[in-house]
Amino acid sequence: MGLNSTGTTGSTGSTGDISNTGYSGYSDGMDRHFIELDRVEKVFDVRKKTGFLRRERREVRAVDSISFTVARGEMVGYIGPNGAGKSTTIKMLTGILTPSGGRLRVAGIDPSRERTRLAHRIGVVFGQRTTLWWDLPLIDSYRLMHRMYRIPDARYRENLDRCVELLELADLLDVPVRQLSLGQRMRGDIAAALLHDPEVLYLDEPTIGLDVISKAKVREFLRDLNAERGTTVLLTTHDLQDIEQVCRRVMVIDHGRLVYDGPLAGLHEVGDSERTLVVDLERELPPIEAAPARVVKVEGPRQWLAFPASESAAPLVARIAAEYPLVDLSVREPDIEAVIATMYAEQAQYAKQTEFAKQTEFAKQTEYAEQAEYAEQADPARRPGEAEETVP
Amino acid sequence: MGTGRLYAAVAAGGFRRYATYRVATAAGVFTNTVFGFILAYTYIALWAEKPHLGGYDQAQALTYVWVGQAMFAVMVLGSNGFEAELMERIRTGDIAVDLYRPADLQAWWLAADTGRALFHLLGRGVAPMVCGALFFELALPTDPLTWIACLVAIALGTVVSFAIRYIVALWAFWLLDGAGAMQLTWLTGVFFSGMLLPLNVFPGALGEIARLLPWSALLQAPADVLVGEADPLGTFAFQATWAVVLLAAGRLVQSAATRRVVVQGG
Repeated sequence: MGLNSTGTTGSTGSTGDISNTGYSGYSDGMDRHFIELDRVEKVFDVRKKTGFLRRERREVRAVDSISFTVARGEMVGYIGPNGAGKSTTIKMLTGILTPSGGRLRVAGIDPSRERTRLAHRIGVVFGQRTTLWWDLPLIDSYRLMHRMYRIPDARYRENLDRCVELLELADLLDVPVRQLSLGQRMRGDIAAALLHDPEVLYLDEPTIGLDVISKAKVREFLRDLNAERGTTVLLTTHDLQDIEQVCRRVMVIDHGRLVYDGPLAGLHEVGDSERTLVVDLERELPPIEAAPARVVKVEGPRQWLAFPASESAAPLVARIAAEYPLVDLSVREPDIEAVIATMYAEQAQYAKQTEFAKQTEFAKQTEYAEQAEYAEQADPARRPGEAEETVP
Repeated sequence: MGTGRLYAAVAAGGFRRYATYRVATAAGVFTNTVFGFILAYTYIALWAEKPHLGGYDQAQALTYVWVGQAMFAVMVLGSNGFEAELMERIRTGDIAVDLYRPADLQAWWLAADTGRALFHLLGRGVAPMVCGALFFELALPTDPLTWIACLVAIALGTVVSFAIRYIVALWAFWLLDGAGAMQLTWLTGVFFSGMLLPLNVFPGALGEIARLLPWSALLQAPADVLVGEADPLGTFAFQATWAVVLLAAGRLVQSAATRRVVVQGG
């Protein structure tokens, strides 16, 4: 070492440079690809009883080749109908489920391999489950988090005070968790997930079952958290308003596939979604003519008119009010399930057309047949024979 | 260090959880005391007919009865301990919450169960024992070392008790509904722990086997240490061996379960 000191200094300098640039490039990439999924799959083996002592094994693809990246500090909504694979994805991101295929990284860590190491850097809130100790006062659960995540005392106090203030928990700290209301418990759970300063917070349906005020509190808190701490937030929900008020970006998953990834506004366009105007007339009348709206259903004096979600309802209402004996009306927003169902049906349709054009082989035909089947399942509200009359 | 503090906190939580239910504790003490009286009079009749049955004299037999009542809750010989809760968590999928934490599942539940056992020893063990000592002539030791040895045997017994129930609870990953498995464990536990009759009294091969099974570490072992019928060190070795074997088996089941885990529910 001492002998070739000049030689080594030169080489250390140069390797230092390389590793430095390498490192900065790496961390840059890390920030842009903070969460990274590359063709991730999760296949469950389901055994179905088909007869006495006979079982059929069937594969269920809960997550089917999903790829996306989330940058540090993004707030992303992850939506889709029940059973679409949302929770499965979240569970893979926490490391409690191992992907069947593909590559998955959170903060550069392979979750299922280094679950414990990752745990210190993520926060998780499952809306329908709780991490709090049921029989004990709320504060006891927080003390446990303090020890579990080995949070430095000062940091713990600071974070706890902040959460208590923003989530209005001061009066609840000494109340046993079982006595808390759902909204209070949810706020308690969110605080528990944040005491160790996680870089990313996963929320699985954080507003499910909450009343309007509680929902608003949770959303506001998440926005503040992101703005002040730059915490990356990934939330799954059924509530479109969660997305509208919290997320800039939305990902739609259906039958284990990512069918949309982009801003929320684009979702309605892609889905060609329609709003519905329900009008009550004084008496039974023939279907109203008011383009671009079209009547999709008539029931006595009540008529359902579908019109593009991008159009304003005001001129339409004004025209109908002027020309028809209007008694009452209401506008129904397209719900997310319907938007997704339309999107998926279109995808299947598109696949069908291209398949025919290409005169493809048998294997692919079965694939689109399956897709078409998915599309049917995707919209359980659509009754047979009524397909054209769907009221979202 | 930090890990130790975490599990100490978990154990303290386990203790306090059970301590919140005061009426349940009082009801448990009452039941154990009543059963103690019933069993004590049965044993008196039995030992009057057959003195020195199983090598115990009557005072030792009565001591055995009251130790049994004191250990009833501590060793979870009758009621449901954490295993019912763990099974429910597996069945409903709440186990997901436990799994993403940076803590070991088995160590976590062991700590919580140790806290519970400590509470049950104080809250449900002491009162029936004192009551038994007041109303009957018991063979209680005067040497404090024997009492300490008995406490060590109880501590080791609770670990064996935990280890058995942990394995049973994890079956829920495969069975989904573990109520049957739990019933079976409970029945086996009541019989092979010597809750009904001391294992010394069991005849022939059945007795030999029963005394070698892990359940004998729960009640027979601490009772024999207390009444001076067993060598404490040999007893500790026997209990510790079962504790290690069963905890290791539990870890094996745990790793198999979490690898194939299908966390239930959305």
